[in-house]
Amino acid sequence: MSRGDRVDLAFKRLSDEGRAGLVTFITAGDPDLETSQNLMEGLADSGADIIELGMPFSDPMADGPAIQAANLRALANGASLRRTLDMVARFRRSNDQTPVILMGYFNPIYQYGPTRFVTDAVESGVDGLILVDLPPEEDDELCDPARTAGLHWVRLVTPTSDEKRLKSVLKNASGFVYYVSIAGITGTRSASVSAVGDAVARLRSHTGLPIAVGFGINTPEQVHDTVEVADGAVVGSAIIREIEKNLDETGAARPELLENVSSLVRTLAEGARN
Amino acid sequence: MTPPTASTEPLESYRSGPDERGHFGIFGGRFVAETLMPLILDLERAYDAARQSPDFQRDFDYFATHYTGRPSPLYFASSLTESLGGAKIYFKRDELNHTGSHKINNTLGQILLAKRMGKSRIIAETGAGQHGVATATVCALFDLPCVVYMGATDIERQAPNVFRMKLLGAEVVPVTSGTGTLKDAMNEALRDWVANVEDTFYIIGTVAGPHPYPAMVRDFQSVIGREAKQQIEQAEGRLPDTLVACIGGGSNAMGLFHPFLDDPVGIIGVEAGGLGLQTEQHAASLTGGRPGVLHGNRTYLLQNEDGQIIDAHSISAGLDYPGIGPEHAWLHDHGRVDYVSVTDSEALEAFQLCCRTEGIIPALEPAHALAHVAKIAPEMDKDQIIVMNLCGRGDKDIFTVADVLGVEI
Repeated sequence: MSRGDRVDLAFKRLSDEGRAGLVTFITAGDPDLETSQNLMEGLADSGADIIELGMPFSDPMADGPAIQAANLRALANGASLRRTLDMVARFRRSNDQTPVILMGYFNPIYQYGPTRFVTDAVESGVDGLILVDLPPEEDDELCDPARTAGLHWVRLVTPTSDEKRLKSVLKNASGFVYYVSIAGITGTRSASVSAVGDAVARLRSHTGLPIAVGFGINTPEQVHDTVEVADGAVVGSAIIREIEKNLDETGAARPELLENVSSLVRTLAEGARN
Repeated sequence: MTPPTASTEPLESYRSGPDERGHFGIFGGRFVAETLMPLILDLERAYDAARQSPDFQRDFDYFATHYTGRPSPLYFASSLTESLGGAKIYFKRDELNHTGSHKINNTLGQILLAKRMGKSRIIAETGAGQHGVATATVCALFDLPCVVYMGATDIERQAPNVFRMKLLGAEVVPVTSGTGTLKDAMNEALRDWVANVEDTFYIIGTVAGPHPYPAMVRDFQSVIGREAKQQIEQAEGRLPDTLVACIGGGSNAMGLFHPFLDDPVGIIGVEAGGLGLQTEQHAASLTGGRPGVLHGNRTYLLQNEDGQIIDAHSISAGLDYPGIGPEHAWLHDHGRVDYVSVTDSEALEAFQLCCRTEGIIPALEPAHALAHVAKIAPEMDKDQIIVMNLCGRGDKDIFTVADVLGVEI
C-alpha cells in the first residue's frame, strides 16, 4: 500500500458508512512519553477516525493556554521531534489503519533537517503534516519535499481566506482541508453553526477534498453540529483539558487518566455518528 | 542540522534587501499562521503606498521634528574621549527624543500607517518598556486604544515604564507564559492579533517579525543614520571610521547602520553577553545561536538541538531576546558588520563611566555599546572617529543598577 493512502481510505470508509469523522488532537509526550503513547492508542480504540499529533514546541504562537501548557509539560518530560516520530512508529505496530497527521511549528523540523525529516516521518508511518507557520509563500521549505516523499500536506483555511487567497492556499493541499472556524487561537471561542456552514459550502466550490473543521469544538453536540456540514470535526483543547484534569499535584498522570480521556472521546465519537 | 549559508562574496550593495518575498538571503520571510497572511499582504501593500506618498512623508517629518524633537544632536563626548585616550567618540543622542529612546521614530511611522489603513486598535509587545511607552504615547496622541503585552518578569524590573504606559492610557497585560520576558510577550501579541485581525494593527518594536516589518521598522529608524551622516560631515568633514550600536532585536543599530552600509565605514553591533557566552546565560543570538524560525522570520536564534527556543538572559530587559532581526543575520553572514558581545558587568561599568565622565545616565542597552567603545577607542588613533548610538536614557534602569550595586533607594 502506498503511503498517504490511509487518509484517503479513511475518508472513503467514512463515506461508505454515510458519516463524518472525528479527528482528535493530543500533544506528543503530554503529560509524559509513556502516558502519551497509551493515549494515542486509546484514541483510536475509542472512536477517533484520524489522529492529529502535536509536535511539541516551546513557542506555540497559534495555541491557547491549554495547548501551550501541554507543550511545556511534554518538553519538561523529555519530548522531542525524534521521540514524536518514535511514538508514531510504535503506534503503527498495533494500528496500520488510523491516519496520523503531525501538527506543529516549523523550527524543530528545520533543525532536524526537512529532507531527513520527511524520510523519517514516512518511515515511521506518518500520513500527513499540518504546519501552522508555513503559509503557501514558504512552500519550498517543507511542503514540496513532503509531497514528493508521499506525505499529505493538510492546509489550514481560515475565515480571513478570501477568494483570491483560497486559490494559493488550496494549490498544494492534499488529504483533506482543515477549516479553522474562528480567527483566533485554539481553545478559546467557538464559531456559530451557520457561519461554519456558509464557509464550508464556499470551500466546497473550490475543492473536492474532504473538509474537517476545528477550533472551538468541545462537546459531542458541537461535534454533531459540525459534521452536519463537514466531513470531519477536530477536537483538541477539550481533550487536553481532560488530560490536565487528571494530573496530580506534581503534574503526574493519575491512574484514571487514560479511562477518563477514552470515555470523553467515546462521547465525542457518538456526536460524529448521530 | 541545516547549515547557515555563509557567503563572503562582497556585494555591490548591502542596502538593496529584502527581495519581494521579504528575504535577506536565507533570512526573513513570512512564517506566520494563515489567518494573518492576508493581513500581512495588506500591510505590505499599504506600506509600499505610504512610503511613496508625499503626504505620509510630510506627516512623518512633521511629528519627528515637532513632537519627537529631531534631529537629535551628534555630540562630541570630549571628556570620555580624553579619559579613554584614543579615537574621538561621538554620541548620536537619540536618548534625548521624546519618551527617552529611539523607539518613538518607529511607533510614529507605524501609527501613521495604522491611521491610513483605518485600524482602530493598537497592540504592541515590550521588553524594557521603552517600545511600550513609545507606543502608548502615540496612541494617546492619535486617540487610539492601546494594549501592551509585557512579560511578568519585565513588569517587575521595569516598574517606572509600566506606570508611564498606564498614565498614557494603555492597558498593560502581564504575560506569565514561558519565562515572562520579551519573547513570550511577542507570542501573546501575535495571539491577540490572530484573534482581532479586522480592526487591530500590531506595532512591532524591532526589525524582526514577518515581512514587511523588518524593512519597515528599519526604514523608520534610518532617520538616525541619515542625520548622523550629515552631522559628522558637518563636524568633521568626513565619514566616521567606526559605528557602534547595541543589539537586542536590532532596531537602533539598523537605523544607524543602514545609511552607511555601502560606505567605507567599519560597523560593529554589540550583543548582550549576559553572564558570559560560556554560561548559556546570555542574549547573543549571532555569536551563540544558529539559524531558525520564530516570530514570523528566519534568523539566528538561541535554541537547543531539538529547535526549542532557549530563554535569553541580560541585565538589560531591552536586549533580553533570543533572536535578532533577519537583516542583521544576513549582514553577519556576509561579514559586512562585525558582531561582538559585552557582559552584564562590562555594561554596568560603562554605565557608570558614562555618568561620571559625561554627565549622561545611559540606558543599560547603549551601555553595552559603550562598553565596547571603551575597549576599542584606546587602541585607535586620536584622529579616528567613532559614532555610537546612545539610543536610550537610563532613568528606567536606576533601580536595576542600584540593586546590582547593592544600594537601597
